Amino acid sequence: MQGSASGEGIGRSVPRLEDDRYLRGKGEFIADIRLAGMRDLAFVRSPVAHARIRAIRKPPGAEAAVFVAQDLVGVQPIVAVSGLPGFKPSAQPVLATGKVRHVGEAIAVCVAPSRAEAEDFAAAVDVEFDELPPVVDMRAALTSEIRLHDHWDNNVFLETFVEVAPERFAQPAPIVVRRRLRTARQCMSPLEGRGVVATWDRRVEQLLVYSSTQMPHIVRTGLAGCLGLDQARIRVVAPDVGGGFGYKGILLPEEVCAAYLACRLGHPVRWIEDRREQLTGNANCREHDYDITLHAEADGTLIGIDAEAVVDAGAYSAYPFSACLEAAQVASILPGPYAMQAYRCRTFSAATNKPPILPYRGVARSGVCFALEVALDAVARHAGLEPHEVRLRNLVPAAAMPFENITNKLFDSGDYPECLRRVIAAIDLPGVRRRQAAATGPLRIGFGCSIFCEQAAHGTSVYAGWGIPMVPGFEQAVARMTPDGGLELRVGIQSHGQGLETTLAQVAHEVLGIPLASIRVVHGDTALTPYSTGTWGSRCMVMAGGAVGTACRELAERIARIGAHLLQAPQEAVRVGAGLVSGPGGGVPIAEVARTWYLRPQDLPSDVAGAGLEATAGYKPPRDSGTFSYAAHAAVVSVDTELGDVRILDYAICEDGGTLINPMIVDGQVIGGTAQGIGTALYEEMQYDAAGQPLGSTLADYILPGATEVPEPRILHMQTPSPLTLHGQKGIGEGGAIGPPAAIANAVNDALAPFGVEITELPITPRRILAALLAHSG
Amino acid sequence: MKAAAFEHACPASVADAIALLAGEADARVLAGGQSLGPMLNLRLSHPRLLVQVNRLQELTGVAADADAVTIGACVTHAAIADGLTPDIGGGVLARVADGIAYRAIRNRGTIGGNLCHADPAADWATALTALDATMLLQGPDGARSLRACDFIQGAFRTALLPGEIMLAVRVPQLPADARWAYEKACRKPGDFAHAMAFVLLCGGRRRAVIGALGARPLLLEDDDVSLAGATHSLRALSGLDEVQRRMQLVVLSRALAKAQA
Ligand SMILES: Cc1cc2nc3c(=O)[nH]c(=O)nc-3n(C[C@H](O)[C@H](O)[C@H](O)COP(=O)(O)OP(=O)(O)OC[C@H]3O[C@@H](n4cnc5c(N)ncnc54)[C@H](O)[C@@H]3O)c2cc1C
Repeated sequence: MQGSASGEGIGRSVPRLEDDRYLRGKGEFIADIRLAGMRDLAFVRSPVAHARIRAIRKPPGAEAAVFVAQDLVGVQPIVAVSGLPGFKPSAQPVLATGKVRHVGEAIAVCVAPSRAEAEDFAAAVDVEFDELPPVVDMRAALTSEIRLHDHWDNNVFLETFVEVAPERFAQPAPIVVRRRLRTARQCMSPLEGRGVVATWDRRVEQLLVYSSTQMPHIVRTGLAGCLGLDQARIRVVAPDVGGGFGYKGILLPEEVCAAYLACRLGHPVRWIEDRREQLTGNANCREHDYDITLHAEADGTLIGIDAEAVVDAGAYSAYPFSACLEAAQVASILPGPYAMQAYRCRTFSAATNKPPILPYRGVARSGVCFALEVALDAVARHAGLEPHEVRLRNLVPAAAMPFENITNKLFDSGDYPECLRRVIAAIDLPGVRRRQAAATGPLRIGFGCSIFCEQAAHGTSVYAGWGIPMVPGFEQAVARMTPDGGLELRVGIQSHGQGLETTLAQVAHEVLGIPLASIRVVHGDTALTPYSTGTWGSRCMVMAGGAVGTACRELAERIARIGAHLLQAPQEAVRVGAGLVSGPGGGVPIAEVARTWYLRPQDLPSDVAGAGLEATAGYKPPRDSGTFSYAAHAAVVSVDTELGDVRILDYAICEDGGTLINPMIVDGQVIGGTAQGIGTALYEEMQYDAAGQPLGSTLADYILPGATEVPEPRILHMQTPSPLTLHGQKGIGEGGAIGPPAAIANAVNDALAPFGVEITELPITPRRILAALLAHSG
Repeated sequence: MKAAAFEHACPASVADAIALLAGEADARVLAGGQSLGPMLNLRLSHPRLLVQVNRLQELTGVAADADAVTIGACVTHAAIADGLTPDIGGGVLARVADGIAYRAIRNRGTIGGNLCHADPAADWATALTALDATMLLQGPDGARSLRACDFIQGAFRTALLPGEIMLAVRVPQLPADARWAYEKACRKPGDFAHAMAFVLLCGGRRRAVIGALGARPLLLEDDDVSLAGATHSLRALSGLDEVQRRMQLVVLSRALAKAQA
């Protein structure tokens, strides 16, 4: 294990540098920004799921404060394409034109001195609709005669199909289990919602957009396209961002509107999303439907997976990830961490009259892991095995690493079976089985586990295949010494809870030995940082971490050159580390090197270091197919079989994220993700009625897990370095959210097994459990 | 969302409050704002005038005599939960108050506001119907009182007349032999319940109230206090499906078992 002597480098649980301002309430979030003359925006949103707009009447006397699509002169719709064959792009109007396609779609925008007054205008805008029958269910969407997009020949953004050795499915297998499984539509719920402040900066003749976003550079590129502006005329700043999880990995119609109005009106405008808009009108996630069949030998060895999956992609293809990412992901990751001989999977990205789907932490994986692991437990029951035993038979063994799986994913390193064994030992399975046998009343006990691997930081070679509007390439970082010996790191990603202001500094410290207190990480500003696709896909520690490491190495060479001169030693004889350039006869502090280069150049020969102390480096792993972190989750639950309540009694996780840059931050990521996974498993669900109306509009209806629902998981670590990355690190940002739905569903099903009942739909609510028990008992 | 514009008045007495309400047809009483606040923000309610009453001493007093405890309408759930108000026996009022919502809401939410809002899943409506409390009301035409079972008329519907204010609730003291139990099923602690039952047994008489029915609480007395009686009454209610009936019966049977234990 690496780790610098000072205790601040790689592998150290350094307290987060950014927490000082966060915990003291001194951060600056989007709603904290106050600009002179700023006005608030409120949107008129569609109350119906599917309709033609017959007329929009602005409130008499307030016409100047209300803008409809025709008023946004020259503004282009948002279009997110995909290069996958057959993909049908949609044009998402910034304000609805002609038709509305989901409840909450923006129809008009109102400007007023306060949000309340803007809402007064919005309430007075009169919209006449010719209602159309809506497409609400994703399976029905596939065959419906109703069209969301009039010129399409069906309601499918994309259909994909892969098969490997399908002839194996024609032969009868000793064990065949088929399951129909569903996951709910969820609303990603960061503490801070979305928000935009836009203003025209006269001094630099630039549109300045503050947005609560995960990807300022991509927003800038997208905005420029919609507004017809040069990208150099736009600066996007992400201030402190109160959580993203994918919800803020998007170019928003609201952003385009606010940006347009700031240019046109000559005063700053802002839109701050409220919970109602977030829950009813804005992008949702995770809604999958599986028809999955596993074929296995009598001993539980998998022959193959034969599946069809539908993803409810909503009404539009959101920019930049598009409407197909989720379903196409399903096809490529459904085999999980297992080896098998045959595979067949057809997927559909269905268009429905709901908000566009976005990739949420664990993108597609929480659903995939749920489908596969629930079906595997059924195989285990057939084979008479414990759940972990059937998995041990099928996991890719350590000796096979690196391993190319059946969908050509390169598992880079690790010991999957050992990970599972450790979590099973931690949960004390024999003890659980004893307690389970002793429980005979209404309260039953169940055990469940899941194991998955998580592809992260995958780059050009993977995304070029999707052909979406952005393909990540080299990730860049700027490392710049200041004259007093401090270090500025400029990165194009955005840190919104991941602790990157700390971990990137730790990487720099590892290379240069400059104390963390003297390192500043600058991020989230297109004017100050190199271009980047932003923060998503668990990519930052690998990509931005690699870029920072590479830039610091480059800087170290330049420092060494100057330091060698100051030490009057040959360059080969000096080393940079621990904040010093050291040579055979002594050392000189890096701070002295910086001061000399910037302020006392007369002490240096003229040819020594023209490149200076500011280095930009690009980083890309030698193979950019991604790192594969992995984890096993084990849950013990109690199920009240009379009321349907589920309690988590114990929860253990064993995860391998390669080299951990900051183990404490990794634990935080795992715990936070696990809380969200528990939400997916037991609580979170936005239901829609047959008219396409969302059935919740506040957090009293949309239930998020809170302190009383999230147990403290016990986290065990393995650290198998990735052979592909600069410091052996792997992306681990999302894994926590992937494992819980499968582990908890399996535990509930284990508890319900004596009643002959199996839950196949998420979230597992008291109502679903009771309904299943009642249906079974007749 | 933000509330539509409204006027806000802080009268100095109940008499002034009633005069203000009489002078504006589109007025609402504001107590702790824990139900009215969200309704204003969601623009489900947009009165012209809010008459704030929760600082009036006339509405925050408590008193006890041999027969009953009287609690001002603007006494908070938190004050009751913390035992700052007299008890009717067995700590029952504190127990009910402590299970309402979260501390932040209990700090501001009032017993009177809870009853006047008449959410069908609210705790006081069910508990005070079982305890046979009386609501003391004051309006432009004088004072009157109503039993809880007559006051709550349905989901979000009460017998409160326009311009009337609830002054207090009077809860009878529990006899020494009284046994009670209160059970509810919630998705998470602090959430509104989806099934609830209050059972009171004393002096050979039995009362059970089932709440969270999407309607007024269901009062069962004496021989009807049984699973069979409850099944029969629940079947007669519209709008409940088999799962909801089953949950209510389980919660009732658990409350019965506890009260009888
Ligand atoms: C997240 C959340 C969870 C909750 N969970 C629960 C729960 O589990 N159980 C539960 O019982 N409640 C719950 N509540 C509701 C809470 O108990 C409220 O405090 C209560 O319903 C209203 O009391 P208030 O004083 O805030 O009234 P306000 O909100 O001020 O008023 C409510 C209504 O009553 C009227 N009103 C108030 N006082 C008087 C009066 N003296 N005379 C005449 N009319 C009056 C108002 O005009 C208004 O119509 C919850 C609320 C929230 C926000």
